[in-house]
Amino acid sequence: MTIGVVQFPGTNCEADVVEAVRSLGGDAEIVWHGDHRLASSIDAVVLPGGFAHGDYLRTGAIARFSPVMAVVAELASDGGPVVGICNGFQILCEAGLLPGALKKNAGLKFLCTSVAIRVETDRSVLTTEASVGQILTIPINHFEGSYTCSSDTLHALKAEDRVVFRYLDNPNGALDDIAGVCNEGRNVVGLMPHPERASHALLGSTDGNVLLRSLLTAAKVSAKSG
Amino acid sequence: MRFSVLVEVRLRPGVADPQGATIERALPMLGFDEVCDVTVGKAIRFDLDAPDEQAARNEVDDLCTRFLTNPVIEDAFVSLEPVP
Repeated sequence: MTIGVVQFPGTNCEADVVEAVRSLGGDAEIVWHGDHRLASSIDAVVLPGGFAHGDYLRTGAIARFSPVMAVVAELASDGGPVVGICNGFQILCEAGLLPGALKKNAGLKFLCTSVAIRVETDRSVLTTEASVGQILTIPINHFEGSYTCSSDTLHALKAEDRVVFRYLDNPNGALDDIAGVCNEGRNVVGLMPHPERASHALLGSTDGNVLLRSLLTAAKVSAKSG
Repeated sequence: MRFSVLVEVRLRPGVADPQGATIERALPMLGFDEVCDVTVGKAIRFDLDAPDEQAARNEVDDLCTRFLTNPVIEDAFVSLEPVP
Protein backbone atom coordinates (compact mmCIF):
# COMPACT_ATOMS: atom_id res chain seq x y z
CA MET A 1 0.00 0.00 0.00
CA THR A 2 1.85 3.04 -1.32
CA ILE A 3 0.86 6.60 -2.13
CA GLY A 4 2.28 7.66 -5.49
CA VAL A 5 3.25 11.34 -5.49
CA VAL A 6 3.51 12.67 -9.03
CA GLN A 7 6.42 14.87 -9.99
CA PHE A 8 5.99 17.08 -13.06
CA PRO A 9 8.75 19.41 -14.25
CA GLY A 10 8.22 22.36 -11.89
CA THR A 11 6.48 20.47 -9.09
CA ASN A 12 7.98 21.55 -5.77
CA CYS A 13 5.97 19.95 -2.95
CA GLU A 14 6.46 16.28 -3.79
CA ALA A 15 9.14 15.64 -1.13
CA ASP A 16 7.02 17.35 1.53
CA VAL A 17 4.05 15.10 0.77
CA VAL A 18 6.23 11.96 0.80
CA GLU A 19 7.73 13.00 4.14
CA ALA A 20 4.35 13.81 5.69
CA VAL A 21 2.89 10.45 4.60
CA ARG A 22 5.91 8.56 5.91
CA SER A 23 5.78 10.39 9.25
CA LEU A 24 2.26 8.96 9.65
CA GLY A 25 3.58 5.46 9.08
CA GLY A 26 2.50 5.21 5.44
CA ASP A 27 4.55 4.44 2.35
CA ALA A 28 4.99 7.00 -0.38
CA GLU A 29 7.12 7.26 -3.47
CA ILE A 30 7.62 9.79 -6.22
CA VAL A 31 6.17 8.97 -9.64
CA TRP A 32 7.61 10.68 -12.73
CA HIS A 33 5.06 12.47 -14.90
CA GLY A 34 6.36 10.72 -18.03
CA ASP A 35 5.53 7.25 -16.70
CA HIS A 36 2.93 5.32 -18.68
CA ARG A 37 2.02 3.00 -15.82
CA LEU A 38 1.94 2.97 -12.02
CA ALA A 39 3.82 0.41 -9.94
CA SER A 40 1.41 -2.29 -8.78
CA SER A 41 2.09 -1.30 -5.17
CA ILE A 42 0.53 2.15 -5.72
CA ASP A 43 -3.07 2.36 -4.52
CA ALA A 44 -3.54 6.12 -4.34
CA VAL A 45 -2.08 9.16 -6.08
CA VAL A 46 -1.36 12.68 -4.93
CA LEU A 47 -0.75 15.50 -7.40
CA PRO A 48 1.27 17.88 -5.23
CA GLY A 49 1.75 21.63 -5.44
CA GLY A 50 4.18 23.59 -7.55
CA PHE A 51 4.25 24.99 -11.06
CA ALA A 52 3.89 21.96 -13.33
CA HIS A 53 5.36 22.70 -16.78
CA GLY A 54 5.88 26.27 -15.61
CA ASP A 55 2.10 26.81 -15.52
CA TYR A 56 2.51 27.91 -19.14
CA LEU A 57 -0.70 28.90 -20.94
CA ARG A 58 -2.75 28.24 -17.78
CA THR A 59 -2.13 26.46 -14.51
CA GLY A 60 -2.38 22.74 -15.18
CA ALA A 61 -3.09 23.21 -18.91
CA ILE A 62 0.06 21.42 -20.10
CA ALA A 63 0.35 18.99 -17.18
CA ARG A 64 -2.88 17.32 -18.08
CA PHE A 65 -1.19 16.02 -21.25
CA SER A 66 1.63 14.31 -19.33
CA PRO A 67 1.54 10.53 -19.93
CA VAL A 68 0.97 9.80 -16.23
CA MET A 69 -2.38 11.61 -16.35
CA ALA A 70 -3.90 8.81 -18.44
CA VAL A 71 -3.12 6.31 -15.68
CA VAL A 72 -4.26 8.74 -13.00
CA ALA A 73 -7.60 9.05 -14.84
CA GLU A 74 -7.79 5.26 -15.03
CA LEU A 75 -7.15 4.92 -11.29
CA ALA A 76 -9.81 7.57 -10.62
CA SER A 77 -12.40 5.83 -12.79
CA ASP A 78 -11.66 2.56 -10.97
CA GLY A 79 -12.49 4.33 -7.70
CA GLY A 80 -8.89 4.73 -6.53
CA PRO A 81 -8.11 7.73 -4.31
CA VAL A 82 -6.69 10.72 -6.20
CA VAL A 83 -5.92 13.96 -4.38
CA GLY A 84 -4.77 17.23 -5.94
CA ILE A 85 -3.20 19.81 -3.68
CA CYS A 86 -2.94 23.42 -4.92
CA ASN A 87 -1.36 23.06 -8.40
CA GLY A 88 -2.56 19.46 -8.31
CA PHE A 89 -6.13 20.75 -7.83
CA GLN A 90 -5.68 23.02 -10.85
CA ILE A 91 -4.40 20.06 -12.90
CA LEU A 92 -7.38 17.86 -11.90
CA CYS A 93 -9.77 20.63 -13.00
CA GLU A 94 -7.98 21.05 -16.34
CA ALA A 95 -8.01 17.28 -16.82
CA GLY A 96 -11.76 17.22 -16.27
CA LEU A 97 -11.46 14.90 -13.26
CA LEU A 98 -12.96 17.66 -11.12
CA PRO A 99 -15.46 20.35 -12.14
CA GLY A 100 -14.73 24.07 -12.25
CA ALA A 101 -11.56 26.12 -12.59
CA LEU A 102 -9.13 28.15 -10.48
CA LYS A 103 -8.81 31.86 -11.33
CA LYS A 104 -6.31 34.45 -10.24
CA ASN A 105 -6.86 35.56 -6.64
CA ALA A 106 -9.34 38.42 -6.30
CA GLY A 107 -6.75 40.81 -4.86
CA LEU A 108 -4.10 39.84 -7.46
CA LYS A 109 -1.76 38.97 -4.61
CA PHE A 110 0.21 35.77 -4.25
CA LEU A 111 -1.08 34.44 -0.93
CA CYS A 112 1.27 32.67 1.45
CA THR A 113 -0.39 32.38 4.83
CA SER A 114 -2.31 30.04 7.12
CA VAL A 115 -6.06 29.95 6.77
CA ALA A 116 -8.90 28.34 8.68
CA ILE A 117 -11.03 25.94 6.67
CA ARG A 118 -14.13 24.02 7.69
CA VAL A 119 -14.66 20.37 6.81
CA GLU A 120 -18.02 20.34 5.02
CA THR A 121 -18.35 16.60 4.42
CA ASP A 122 -16.76 13.46 5.80
CA ARG A 123 -17.78 11.57 2.69
CA SER A 124 -14.59 11.97 0.62
CA VAL A 125 -11.31 10.08 0.56
CA LEU A 126 -9.62 13.02 2.26
CA THR A 127 -12.05 13.56 5.11
CA THR A 128 -13.28 10.18 6.40
CA GLU A 129 -11.29 10.61 9.63
CA ALA A 130 -12.40 14.22 10.09
CA SER A 131 -15.77 15.39 11.35
CA VAL A 132 -18.18 17.72 9.62
CA GLY A 133 -17.78 21.24 10.98
CA GLN A 134 -14.22 20.60 12.14
CA ILE A 135 -12.03 23.69 11.71
CA LEU A 136 -8.50 23.13 10.43
CA THR A 137 -5.69 25.66 10.19
CA ILE A 138 -3.66 24.89 7.09
CA PRO A 139 -1.28 26.97 4.91
CA ILE A 140 -2.19 28.22 1.47
CA ASN A 141 0.40 29.25 -1.10
CA HIS A 142 -1.07 30.29 -4.42
CA PHE A 143 -1.74 33.01 -6.98
CA GLU A 144 -4.47 31.19 -8.89
CA GLY A 145 -6.67 29.72 -6.18
CA SER A 146 -10.01 31.42 -6.62
CA TYR A 147 -12.39 28.56 -7.32
CA THR A 148 -15.16 29.14 -9.82
CA CYS A 149 -17.68 27.05 -11.76
CA SER A 150 -20.96 27.44 -13.60
CA SER A 151 -24.10 28.00 -11.54
CA ASP A 152 -25.35 24.56 -12.62
CA THR A 153 -22.16 22.96 -11.35
CA LEU A 154 -22.34 24.89 -8.07
CA HIS A 155 -25.92 23.75 -7.62
CA ALA A 156 -24.87 20.12 -8.20
CA LEU A 157 -21.87 20.40 -5.85
CA LYS A 158 -24.10 21.68 -3.06
CA ALA A 159 -26.99 19.29 -3.71
CA GLU A 160 -24.64 16.29 -3.78
CA ASP A 161 -22.59 17.33 -0.72
CA ARG A 162 -19.43 17.63 -2.81
CA VAL A 163 -18.03 20.86 -1.37
CA VAL A 164 -15.37 19.27 0.85
CA PHE A 165 -13.86 22.41 2.44
CA ARG A 166 -14.85 26.06 2.81
CA TYR A 167 -12.74 29.00 3.96
CA LEU A 168 -13.92 30.71 7.11
CA ASP A 169 -12.47 34.01 5.89
CA ASN A 170 -12.34 33.79 2.10
CA PRO A 171 -8.79 34.85 1.12
CA ASN A 172 -8.99 34.72 -2.69
CA GLY A 173 -12.53 35.48 -3.81
CA ALA A 174 -13.44 31.82 -4.31
CA LEU A 175 -17.06 31.18 -5.27
CA ASP A 176 -19.16 30.31 -2.20
CA ASP A 177 -15.94 30.25 -0.08
CA ILE A 178 -15.00 26.92 -1.67
CA ALA A 179 -11.52 25.63 -0.77
CA GLY A 180 -11.93 22.06 -2.00
CA VAL A 181 -14.35 19.83 -3.91
CA CYS A 182 -14.71 16.17 -4.83
CA ASN A 183 -16.01 14.23 -7.83
CA GLU A 184 -19.26 12.26 -7.96
CA GLY A 185 -17.47 9.10 -6.83
CA ARG A 186 -16.00 11.04 -3.84
CA ASN A 187 -12.60 9.41 -4.56
CA VAL A 188 -11.09 12.41 -6.37
CA VAL A 189 -10.54 15.46 -4.15
CA GLY A 190 -8.88 18.79 -4.93
CA LEU A 191 -8.06 21.52 -2.45
CA MET A 192 -5.97 24.71 -2.44
CA PRO A 193 -4.61 24.44 1.15
CA HIS A 194 -1.52 22.27 1.73
CA PRO A 195 -2.16 19.55 4.37
CA GLU A 196 1.46 18.38 4.13
CA ARG A 197 2.57 21.78 5.42
CA ALA A 198 0.49 21.27 8.56
CA SER A 199 1.83 17.84 9.41
CA HIS A 200 4.24 18.47 12.28
CA ALA A 201 4.30 20.67 15.38
CA LEU A 202 7.50 22.25 14.07
CA LEU A 203 5.52 23.54 11.10
CA GLY A 204 3.07 25.31 13.39
CA SER A 205 0.08 23.02 12.85
CA THR A 206 -0.68 19.32 12.70
CA ASP A 207 -4.21 19.88 11.38
CA GLY A 208 -3.30 18.40 7.99
CA ASN A 209 -2.64 14.97 9.48
CA VAL A 210 -6.31 14.08 9.84
CA LEU A 211 -6.65 14.53 6.08
CA LEU A 212 -3.52 12.54 5.24
CA ARG A 213 -4.63 9.78 7.62
CA SER A 214 -7.96 9.66 5.79
CA LEU A 215 -6.08 9.27 2.52
CA LEU A 216 -3.98 6.43 3.96
CA THR A 217 -7.14 4.68 5.12
CA ALA A 218 -8.71 5.11 1.68
CA ALA A 219 -5.54 3.75 0.04
CA LYS A 220 -5.66 0.66 2.29
CA VAL A 221 -9.29 0.04 1.33
CA SER A 222 -8.41 0.53 -2.32
CA ALA A 223 -5.47 -1.93 -1.98
CA LYS A 224 -7.72 -4.64 -0.53
CA SER A 225 -10.41 -4.24 -3.16
CA GLY A 226 -7.90 -3.91 -6.03
CA MET B 1 -3.09 26.65 -48.02
CA ARG B 2 -1.35 28.34 -45.16
CA PHE B 3 -3.25 30.57 -42.76
CA SER B 4 -2.02 33.09 -40.25
CA VAL B 5 -4.10 32.70 -37.08
CA LEU B 6 -4.63 35.01 -34.13
CA VAL B 7 -6.49 33.61 -31.15
CA GLU B 8 -7.57 36.17 -28.59
CA VAL B 9 -8.42 34.55 -25.26
CA ARG B 10 -10.78 36.63 -23.13
CA LEU B 11 -12.36 35.97 -19.77
CA ARG B 12 -16.03 35.13 -20.18
CA PRO B 13 -18.56 37.82 -19.29
CA GLY B 14 -19.23 37.74 -15.57
CA VAL B 15 -15.85 36.29 -14.65
CA ALA B 16 -13.99 38.77 -12.45
CA ASP B 17 -10.99 40.34 -14.18
CA PRO B 18 -8.79 41.79 -11.43
CA GLN B 19 -6.01 42.68 -13.89
CA GLY B 20 -8.34 44.74 -16.06
CA ALA B 21 -9.84 46.43 -12.99
CA THR B 22 -6.39 47.31 -11.65
CA ILE B 23 -5.29 48.84 -14.96
CA GLU B 24 -8.52 50.82 -15.17
CA ARG B 25 -8.03 52.21 -11.66
CA ALA B 26 -4.46 53.27 -12.51
CA LEU B 27 -5.29 55.13 -15.73
CA PRO B 28 -6.78 58.32 -14.23
CA MET B 29 -3.50 58.91 -12.40
CA LEU B 30 -1.90 59.37 -15.82
CA GLY B 31 -4.70 61.60 -16.99
CA PHE B 32 -6.56 58.97 -19.04
CA ASP B 33 -9.95 59.65 -17.51
CA GLU B 34 -11.90 58.60 -20.60
CA VAL B 35 -10.87 54.93 -20.63
CA CYS B 36 -13.35 52.37 -19.38
CA ASP B 37 -14.22 48.66 -19.62
CA VAL B 38 -10.58 47.49 -19.57
CA THR B 39 -10.11 43.75 -19.86
CA VAL B 40 -6.95 41.70 -19.99
CA GLY B 41 -6.60 38.54 -22.07
CA LYS B 42 -4.03 36.65 -24.09
CA ALA B 43 -3.05 36.74 -27.76
CA ILE B 44 -1.75 33.55 -29.34
CA ARG B 45 -0.45 33.61 -32.94
CA PHE B 46 0.46 30.71 -35.17
CA ASP B 47 0.38 29.52 -38.78
CA LEU B 48 -1.70 26.57 -39.90
CA ASP B 49 -1.83 24.47 -43.08
CA ALA B 50 -5.33 23.46 -44.14
CA PRO B 51 -7.16 22.67 -47.41
CA ASP B 52 -9.43 25.73 -47.14
CA GLU B 53 -10.59 28.42 -44.74
CA GLN B 54 -13.52 26.44 -43.32
CA ALA B 55 -11.25 23.50 -42.53
CA ALA B 56 -8.78 25.87 -40.90
CA ARG B 57 -11.53 27.43 -38.77
CA ASN B 58 -12.79 24.03 -37.65
CA GLU B 59 -9.29 22.99 -36.68
CA VAL B 60 -8.67 26.19 -34.72
CA ASP B 61 -12.05 25.98 -32.95
CA ASP B 62 -11.23 22.45 -31.83
CA LEU B 63 -7.76 23.55 -30.70
CA CYS B 64 -9.26 26.43 -28.72
CA THR B 65 -11.87 24.28 -26.98
CA ARG B 66 -9.51 21.47 -26.05
CA PHE B 67 -6.35 23.36 -25.23
CA LEU B 68 -5.96 27.11 -25.74
CA THR B 69 -8.88 28.10 -23.51
CA ASN B 70 -10.49 26.79 -20.38
CA PRO B 71 -14.13 26.97 -21.44
CA VAL B 72 -15.23 27.29 -17.81
CA ILE B 73 -13.80 30.81 -17.62
CA GLU B 74 -12.52 31.81 -21.08
CA ASP B 75 -13.80 32.46 -24.61
CA ALA B 76 -11.72 32.43 -27.81
CA PHE B 77 -12.03 34.98 -30.62
CA VAL B 78 -10.32 33.80 -33.79
CA SER B 79 -8.96 35.89 -36.66
CA LEU B 80 -7.66 34.01 -39.63
CA GLU B 81 -6.18 35.06 -42.97
CA PRO B 82 -4.41 33.30 -45.81
CA VAL B 83 -0.66 33.76 -45.95
CA PRO B 84 0.20 35.01 -49.48
